[in-house]
Amino acid sequence: MDIFIPALIVAVIGLVLGALLGMASKKFYVKVDERVEQVRAYCAGAGCGACGYASCDAFAEAVVKGEAPVNGCRPGGNEAAKAIAEVMGVNAEKTNPIVARVICQGSNATAKERYNYNGIPSCRVAAGIAGGPKQCRFSCIGLGDCMAKCAFGAIHMENNLCVIDEDKCTGCGACVEECPRNVIRLLPKEQSVYVHCRNTDKARMARDVCMTACIACARCKKACQYDAITVENGVATIDPEKCTRCGECAKVCPCKCIVPPEVVA
Amino acid sequence: MSNVTNILLFMVSCVLTHNFIFSRFLGCCPFLGVSKKVNTAASMGLAVTLVMTMASLITWCIYHFILIPLDVMYLQTCTFILVIAALVQVIEMFLKKTSPGLYKALGIYLPLITTNCAVLGVAVLNITEELNLGYAILNGLFGGLGFMLAIVLMAGVRERLETSKIPEPLKGFPLSLISASLMAVAFMGFGGLA
Repeated sequence: MDIFIPALIVAVIGLVLGALLGMASKKFYVKVDERVEQVRAYCAGAGCGACGYASCDAFAEAVVKGEAPVNGCRPGGNEAAKAIAEVMGVNAEKTNPIVARVICQGSNATAKERYNYNGIPSCRVAAGIAGGPKQCRFSCIGLGDCMAKCAFGAIHMENNLCVIDEDKCTGCGACVEECPRNVIRLLPKEQSVYVHCRNTDKARMARDVCMTACIACARCKKACQYDAITVENGVATIDPEKCTRCGECAKVCPCKCIVPPEVVA
Repeated sequence: MSNVTNILLFMVSCVLTHNFIFSRFLGCCPFLGVSKKVNTAASMGLAVTLVMTMASLITWCIYHFILIPLDVMYLQTCTFILVIAALVQVIEMFLKKTSPGLYKALGIYLPLITTNCAVLGVAVLNITEELNLGYAILNGLFGGLGFMLAIVLMAGVRERLETSKIPEPLKGFPLSLISASLMAVAFMGFGGLA
């Protein structure tokens, strides 16, 4: 019998505490917006930070507060935007899918080597040694820092040049930050025509280091009927707003640093 | 000796000579687990201090007003655990409501303290050393501050270790334990104080 009394005492203490906890949870109840959880559920959950928030949870909270756009989740794409918009009771604007693109074509075949690099396989390290293993100081170094960083397996290396699979790329921008040379840029997915070079050197110098360097000859500018191309600082740029992706510029480019749309597809 | 000197001495002894980590070896788990950065270590120390003070107060009352009259003192460990767990929950809810800033600063560390042995340790020590209520609360408060001092110092040391050249076999946990033991030896030096 002796065991029952202490058991009872502990049980009573437990019950009282339980009741107190129950009361406290009512009294100190903090209203959590249920939409936060719903929004969070529709996010891609990659934790990539492309939305500009520290985590998917933080993004969901910001959406509900009205600080973040409903279509802010890039990996989630249109579906996530639609679902989140429904939770928030607004119409989603169609998201403009963004992908990372390599602004360089300087593979082993086209770009000249400065030296044979056998060090630590990291672009960041190689970039610091005598200006990098390729002669062009704007080129992709090709040691795959971006590939290691990509959480979606969208990047692989071909001939010392990184290649991005646009179907797998979610546009999170992790590679853009990682690249020591800034050769990766986030561009609208539909903008398949762009200049694959960012060498701002003078024509002769650019051509000397790479066969596919933009020499700023402005032929593309003349070929463009829509006034979408500007040539500044020794490199051509295509304005995605004006470009109709007709491909005329690619036909005239002497260095093939604008790739025709059907090739890029 | 006057009462005030006694209290002052008691405080010093709680923080330095009878430091929970370095001389009583209680609360070593969070001490090693959450001492990688000074910021988080300070949050953890703050949370432990808060909970230890509150736990000292509540468990002392429970022991003297419930367990002694009912003559079931042997239930102390069992009830203390129960009470501390509930207490941490209530404190968490209370902070969430009244001070979201502090709640965010303490973050995950508050619920983690539920099973911290330093908290149970202070509750049990208050009883075994037969302290009165005032001293029990002081024991909790300054024991917690001692814990905070230890964990923040340790975090400072570990932050330095991150960037120093360390022999391969000692990297990480081994060196943390060695530095902790060296700190414990250093704290033994306070032994003559009180």
